Amino acid sequence: MNLVDLFRVTLPETALEVAALVVLVVDLGILRKAALGTRVAAAAVLGVLGSVVALALLPCAGSTGFSSGEELLLASGGIAAVAQAGILILTILTLLLFIGSSFTRHAAEYVAVVLMAAAGGLLVAAAQDLLIIFVGLELLSLGLYVLTAFNKHSEKSAEAALKYYLFGGMSAAFLLFGFSYLYGIAGSTNLHQIMRAAFFASAAGGAPLLYVALVLIVVGLGFKVAAVPFHLWAPDTYEGAPAPAAAFIASASKVASFALLISIGAATLHLFDGLKQVVLIADQAGTAPAHLGLAMPWMQTLLLLSAISMIVGNLAALAQSSVRRLLAYSAIAHAGYMLLGVANLGFSTATAQAVLYYVLTYGLTTIGAFGVIQVVENATGSDKFDAFLGLHKRNPLLAAVLLILFLSLAGIPPLVGFWAKFNLFAAVLGVGTGAVSFSLVVLAIVLSAVSLYYYLQVLKRAYVMPAADETPIKAHPVTLLVLVAIAMAVVVSGCLPTILQTWIANAHF
Amino acid sequence: MLAWTIFCSFAGAFLEAFIPEARARLARWLALAFAVAGFAIAAVDFFTHIGAVRTVLVDLSWVPALGIRFQLAADGISRVLVLLTGLASVSGVLFSWNIEKRTGQFFAFYLALIGGVYGVFLSYDLFLLFVFYEIAIVPKYFLIAIWGSTRREYGAMKLALYSFVGSAMVLIGLLASYSLAGAHSTTLVGLAHANLPVSFQMWAFPLVFVGFGILAGMWPFHTWAPTGHVAAPTAASMLLAGVVMKLGAYGCLRVAMGLYPHGMDPWGFSVLGLGSWRDVFALLAVIGIVYGALVALVQTDFKFVIGYSSVSHMGFVLLGLMTLSQIGLDGAVLQMFSHGVIAGLLFAIVGRIVYERTHTRQLAELETMHLARRLPFAAWAFVLAGMASMGLPGFSGFVAELQVVVDSWQMNPVWTIATAVGIVIGVAYTWRALQKAFFADKLPTAEDHPKEGWHDLGAITWPEYTGVGLLLGASLVVGLYPRILLDSIEPAVKALLAGGIQ
Repeated sequence: MNLVDLFRVTLPETALEVAALVVLVVDLGILRKAALGTRVAAAAVLGVLGSVVALALLPCAGSTGFSSGEELLLASGGIAAVAQAGILILTILTLLLFIGSSFTRHAAEYVAVVLMAAAGGLLVAAAQDLLIIFVGLELLSLGLYVLTAFNKHSEKSAEAALKYYLFGGMSAAFLLFGFSYLYGIAGSTNLHQIMRAAFFASAAGGAPLLYVALVLIVVGLGFKVAAVPFHLWAPDTYEGAPAPAAAFIASASKVASFALLISIGAATLHLFDGLKQVVLIADQAGTAPAHLGLAMPWMQTLLLLSAISMIVGNLAALAQSSVRRLLAYSAIAHAGYMLLGVANLGFSTATAQAVLYYVLTYGLTTIGAFGVIQVVENATGSDKFDAFLGLHKRNPLLAAVLLILFLSLAGIPPLVGFWAKFNLFAAVLGVGTGAVSFSLVVLAIVLSAVSLYYYLQVLKRAYVMPAADETPIKAHPVTLLVLVAIAMAVVVSGCLPTILQTWIANAHF
Repeated sequence: MLAWTIFCSFAGAFLEAFIPEARARLARWLALAFAVAGFAIAAVDFFTHIGAVRTVLVDLSWVPALGIRFQLAADGISRVLVLLTGLASVSGVLFSWNIEKRTGQFFAFYLALIGGVYGVFLSYDLFLLFVFYEIAIVPKYFLIAIWGSTRREYGAMKLALYSFVGSAMVLIGLLASYSLAGAHSTTLVGLAHANLPVSFQMWAFPLVFVGFGILAGMWPFHTWAPTGHVAAPTAASMLLAGVVMKLGAYGCLRVAMGLYPHGMDPWGFSVLGLGSWRDVFALLAVIGIVYGALVALVQTDFKFVIGYSSVSHMGFVLLGLMTLSQIGLDGAVLQMFSHGVIAGLLFAIVGRIVYERTHTRQLAELETMHLARRLPFAAWAFVLAGMASMGLPGFSGFVAELQVVVDSWQMNPVWTIATAVGIVIGVAYTWRALQKAFFADKLPTAEDHPKEGWHDLGAITWPEYTGVGLLLGASLVVGLYPRILLDSIEPAVKALLAGGIQ
């Protein structure tokens, strides 16, 4: 245990927490009498500065991580660093969207909570230890509950927050229960120790208890990524939360959760890494003990979640009439695609990188979509499909951004959504040679053909159907700038996918 | 040089998107300029490369990690189809000269579609081909849904979903072949060299063939075609029938047949006389020919007649492909060109020249309008186009269909006879539509004749004359001197038959 190491590895988190305090002090101390617009802008800018500093401090963490004795507690560098950088960038974008919104008078509190939740996200992305995982997840989740409830004038916001909180509390309890079993079996809270102990425990006939623990943990984590059947909070939360908060929930928090799933998945596979010598005794048939340890059950559970998330998400989205709920169900479907990747991690890092690529670009696109919703809601007071009628007349630029983002979500080339899907499915087929993985890829592709229908329903309102009201919609210049930047990023990284891919593959911070 | 057809069209689409709604004139001329530029490049390249072997146009590494290349190449088949695309795009702009609503956006989607089509015909990397193929889907939806007529939103959505399902099947084939081939390369040549196992080709071939076949109007997956064609604005239905259906047929030829040649091997057993996927698809093609013609015979909407005739004519292309012989494939590619030109012409006459003036396409109502007297140009143009469509000698359809029909005898004489019946029905439905729409034999009586004279239908404008002349001329030239295209097609088909894509 070297506390200097700990300080070094958690520099970005520290920067975020300091920034959160600074935002509060500045807003409550210096800007008390200032106009709301100024306070919102100041708080957001300070928050962005804090995140930028955290981003700049990421490389200082090195690549060795923080260990206590033999046990790695916090990873740094590589995949963890990519996820952390992604979380910070997405946080910056959601903070910038906040500038154009007007749902709260408590600007500083909002930004501070976002920053603290982001710090939780950073911890989750790097955590290799059950306790840190739990603390990180709770820090992240508590922030998200508060953010969901932030619009005090909206009943929906309060209702959504309560639902989110109750579901979240319940699933956290499940998670903790599962963790306690794992600790009981392994006598350690370290992921790698646990996986090794699980291997030997299952060889000694302890498999049933392990599976109980596994299911409990999957309940908790499935809730975080909104996988069916733990998805019930998502539509209400996406609908009720203020737009920038919903964007944060849909993007940065997703990145953190998937990074965690990747860490756990990798730990189930790499259970003998770092050991000098391993002697495996096979049974008389000479088959490799593939059923031992958690790798197989973990994979099978995730495949199951993936399949039903894809199906339920895509089919339920067909029946929506509110764009936010549509995005919620499409988020469930996308989580299904990503879970397919997480279930097929394999020993190379190709799939992990593909999943990260997917979740980062998906987060980016969703933030843009919520940005558009925010502008439209400010003008029309509704997020129903009909609020988007004639958008191409009312604000051509906004309509063009919506077109690009939704087509990207539907997976139309040359936008980044298509590339992310192709990359992910190619990686899955490269790892999972079995019929199950292949048929799930087929299912995913077929369902993404279905998804085109509901994305086109929104675009149809924006471009095809006649406008009921042709007064122009004004967007805050910062919001518009962010949206255009996101749309351009979606196009550029779709046409030149190598840029982001190389960055993810060679992330030596 | 040929690669610039793609870039040129996308650049045009990008510029058009920024033209304000009030500047319709500017949008039109700009679109015409970009379409003509594309056509000129295609034509120059075509006539300077007659009989040339495959030439690589652009070859850049796109995604090195996955072995995806930005590889454009052209052989005789691609050149013919690129020429067709150029021709169709220019005449399509001419026949959309009267679009007043959101003109800039119309041409932006139009040129984006054209760019995607050029891209498919020139791609030699399967991933790239797929990207262009999908780029072509979305503009179709908006062209039909915004500027279309009869049940446009339904027709547009149906077409988009059918296309997307087809492309999903292609994507599955692409991913499976890619990972089975060792995940080194997505170029057509690379995949063709990968020696994909026969058992894999046996299921990948029908999957990908049907995936592309949906867009080629293959029976029974053709139902998007009539509704889509009818709903589409004139230029879009010209493009749909003229080039987009060719995308499907081209994909069948280049990808399905090129990558999975063993998928057409005999199964070793036969079900109802069908012994291989080749027999199955040939049978579907024959059914398409006869069924399309029969359904066209009973339509009451003028445009539906043409829509179903497209299904029938595309059947010849698919049948030609399945003959797997020099003459049959020549005929199939020639039929792609021929149908592209003739269907474009028919849709232009029905959709633009007649419908925009009479505001009805119901044959029963057109019967009472005595159009032969009031729009003699339209009547004569339709007579000529109808003759071309029936496959009378002297027009391109004759040469193309003759080659396919002759060669199908080698496969199964019964199918040849069925096809011949289809041709005869083709004469019947064209004749029927022609007669009902233009030459209803009841002469106008004095009571029929409005006191203040016939409502003026408006003179034929110069873009219409030019467009009709362009398409009719192309069909005549190819019909009278087919070697102009065959000299390019033959060596390419020979190379394809000799060694697949390798």
